[in-house]
Amino acid sequence: MHNKTLAELSAGIKSGEFSSEELTLSYIQRIQKLDGQLNSFITVTEKLALQQARAADKRIAAGQADALTGVPLAHKDIFCTDGVRTSCGSKMLDNFIAPYDASVVSRFKQAGMVTLGKTNMDEFAMGSSNETSFYGAVKNPWDLDTVPGGSSGGSAAAVAARLVPAATGTDTGGSIRQPAALTGITGLKPTYGRVSRYGMIAFASSLDQAGPMTRTAEDAALMLNVMAGFDERDSTSMDRAVPDYTAELNQDLKGLKIGLPKEYFGEGLDAGVAKAVEAAIEEYKKLGAEVVEISLPNTGLSVPTYYVVAPAECSSNLSRFDGVRFGYRCEDPKDLEDLYKRSRGEGFGDEVKRRILVGAYALSAGYYDAYYLKAQKLRRLISDDFTKAFEQVDVIMGPTSPSVAFKRGERSDDPVSMYLSDIFTIAANLAGLPGMSVPAGFAGKLPVGLQIIGNYFEESRLLNVAHQYQQVTDWHTRAPEEFK
Amino acid sequence: MEWETVIGLEIHAQLATKSKIFSGASTAYGAEPNTQACAVDLGLPGVLPVLNKEAVAMAVKFGVAIDAEIGKRSVFARKNYFYPDLPKGYQISQFELPIVGLGHLDIELEDGSTKTVGVTRAHLEEDAGKSLHGEFQGMTGIDLNRAGTPLLEIVSEPDMRSAKEAVAYMRKIHSIVTYLGICDGNMQEGSFRCDANVSIRPKGQEEYGTRAELKNINSFRFVEKAINIEVERQIDVLESGGKVVQETRLYDADKDETRSMRSKEEANDYRYFPDPDLLPVEIEDGFIEAARAALPELPDQKKQRYIADFGLPSYDAGVLTADRETALFFEQVVEKSGADAKLCANWVQGELSAALNKDGLEIAQSPVNAEMMSGMMQRMADNTISGKIAKQVFQAMWAGEGDADAVIEAKGLKQITDSGAIETIIDDILANNAAQVEQYRGGNEKVFGFFVGQVMKASQGKANPQQVNELLKSKLQA
Repeated sequence: MHNKTLAELSAGIKSGEFSSEELTLSYIQRIQKLDGQLNSFITVTEKLALQQARAADKRIAAGQADALTGVPLAHKDIFCTDGVRTSCGSKMLDNFIAPYDASVVSRFKQAGMVTLGKTNMDEFAMGSSNETSFYGAVKNPWDLDTVPGGSSGGSAAAVAARLVPAATGTDTGGSIRQPAALTGITGLKPTYGRVSRYGMIAFASSLDQAGPMTRTAEDAALMLNVMAGFDERDSTSMDRAVPDYTAELNQDLKGLKIGLPKEYFGEGLDAGVAKAVEAAIEEYKKLGAEVVEISLPNTGLSVPTYYVVAPAECSSNLSRFDGVRFGYRCEDPKDLEDLYKRSRGEGFGDEVKRRILVGAYALSAGYYDAYYLKAQKLRRLISDDFTKAFEQVDVIMGPTSPSVAFKRGERSDDPVSMYLSDIFTIAANLAGLPGMSVPAGFAGKLPVGLQIIGNYFEESRLLNVAHQYQQVTDWHTRAPEEFK
Repeated sequence: MEWETVIGLEIHAQLATKSKIFSGASTAYGAEPNTQACAVDLGLPGVLPVLNKEAVAMAVKFGVAIDAEIGKRSVFARKNYFYPDLPKGYQISQFELPIVGLGHLDIELEDGSTKTVGVTRAHLEEDAGKSLHGEFQGMTGIDLNRAGTPLLEIVSEPDMRSAKEAVAYMRKIHSIVTYLGICDGNMQEGSFRCDANVSIRPKGQEEYGTRAELKNINSFRFVEKAINIEVERQIDVLESGGKVVQETRLYDADKDETRSMRSKEEANDYRYFPDPDLLPVEIEDGFIEAARAALPELPDQKKQRYIADFGLPSYDAGVLTADRETALFFEQVVEKSGADAKLCANWVQGELSAALNKDGLEIAQSPVNAEMMSGMMQRMADNTISGKIAKQVFQAMWAGEGDADAVIEAKGLKQITDSGAIETIIDDILANNAAQVEQYRGGNEKVFGFFVGQVMKASQGKANPQQVNELLKSKLQA
């Protein structure tokens, strides 16, 4: 059962092959049996899941099922879930039971999907390896000594190991795509504004975007059908019609123009990754696509720009964690200042503190123009690169990550080398563009991700491009040996 | 040395929206602590602000009322600082691009001349909650009902040169926002409060002196006192060879002094930046023009109309129009009673105003409403009662004894206009005061007043004063 896709599971439930309750139970048992090796879940909501499954079975029996009713999923622990701990991977929120559902969560509830639990993540989504979680590192099911990527590493590992058929993730600088690449699954970061951010604990508000993490592009389309849409509670969500994202999956790719940015294939790219990506491009040529070399000249500026913008926003977004109303509070504060200093000092981990400090510095009087304003200008230049590129091509392709999964601990003492893991993914966040990572082979025994970046609101095209590739390749069906 | 005072005011007017500026929670005053704070106001993880369009419309109304530039594109910014009653650790405000730009208004000075005061800007922001001290055994309670209440912060140019001018400006802004219906103007509840930036400089010097900011003053009287006391302090400092330091000071009304709260060095770096959760506010010309067209009659226009249509002196017109409720009351009395406007004005500014002050009431709470007042004015106009008796009637109405007719009836205050009856009283008085009659006839006309007083006293004030005058004269000269 656990090797079936969302689409297949949904069909199985509807045909009566198995009930939602049976399916849910089998996943819970699988999580209980296998997650000890991975640590991909922070909270497993067993009781709630079985309740939801029984309700879904009734709904199906009453003939009121939607496409995904009764199918289980897991949420990254960044989404508020009513009555369930929502920790954001931090000691700061270890005791926080959210009193409401994030919009994404309530959309999946309305669709009748079953929540298996909350997945592990880098603390406050700040990390590229899932090593900064208060709940411990997540392991990559393809090699337990390596990282699954981050920050949505728990979702990625759980989907890759078939502990859940699908999970939600969030992507601020690559946090869906990079772990998807490192664990051999399919991940989509939609256009900024496509999915509501309400109830998703903010890291960097102008960059954060939620998206699906699945095994196939078709499943991602089914998930996005539920997630996407305007939300009056999020002023930055777009009031724009939501297409059926499965509608264009089967269009052929004849004449599709693929741009290959020369900056994405230079120094620093692992040979094994380059080889796999080049082979994937060859497949696309066979499918009738044309390949054009393009340039995104400001690519080199994206990491430094991001590491001003994201910390600046996070320094302000994380101010509400002050020990006053919710979350961690230090023991016996002497006075107000002591309460603030120790609650935050003890409640946040090192990477979070590092980014708060960098961000507060970049916004300080006297430095604002040199850092924050400058970064905003560079952000504009980076967006302009893409605007020009999309006058020429339909999609842009390249590696998702410069390397395959690296060893745990290998980069944790060197933040800059860690930050460079996201060198190819960050630009799409700065520009607000949709991007995907699809499994495109292996380097050694570890998976490689192909990144596909599209123009604004062209998620349908991305999914179509990914789906067609998955019709002629089987990388997305490969499972890690111990989790088959 | 002769010193000149320079004052600029920052006024916070709470906008009269039903719900908060970024959430759907109610803004009603006085609820149990934390019962009007939703997830957004509490700053829970994951929540997002959504702008209340009504607050934007109100800010635009204010902008057009002071003939200001309206920001076609204004931007909300985060003002970052930690405080227990500031749930998010930042206040959403506007910084570089406010919704209302440069505007101006006129104030009337004591000598009757007019002065134009510039308004630098007005911007939208959310209020913080309240810290409650004292009731929690050494701990502090937080009430977030007020958190997220919309404020319009109105910043003036440093154009005022005395505490009196500052008060006149503050009163003018108060009239404008209440006329527009965008603020209830209630200063006790903190709906209208101000900070004053005060500095002094040698008369004739162009450069401004170092200023002190006086925080959170919530009455017209305190603004005047606080500024005067601060100016005295600054003069003392400078004349004794010291320097005024830039700092925030608090006015203590009980001790009538200002105290330092924090100096510039201790001031926060607010790390303002555009709030990424909110889109810039775009305002179209059509919206601004519609707001301009829909402006109600404002205090200055009303005052001119009172002068032109009612023939009121400028002073009276100014007093009556300063407060919208007072103006409406006055207009109703004139309209319903048909009495002379000046007489109505005298009553509203005189007897009514004194009674309200004495009992500490707002005009809307007056036990004598406009209808009762008109009824009384009519009885004066038709000679049923004299002005003097009217004061008695007014006091009875104030005490809840019914309307004018009921009081006149119950107390038998109807004026005596029967000449025969008045003559009988006069004859009696003249007979009993032969000496004074002699004096009058001997050329001492001053004693005439004595006779009037005696007649009125004998009639218990009910004799028609005009008739008394006429009849007395004819009898004394006979």
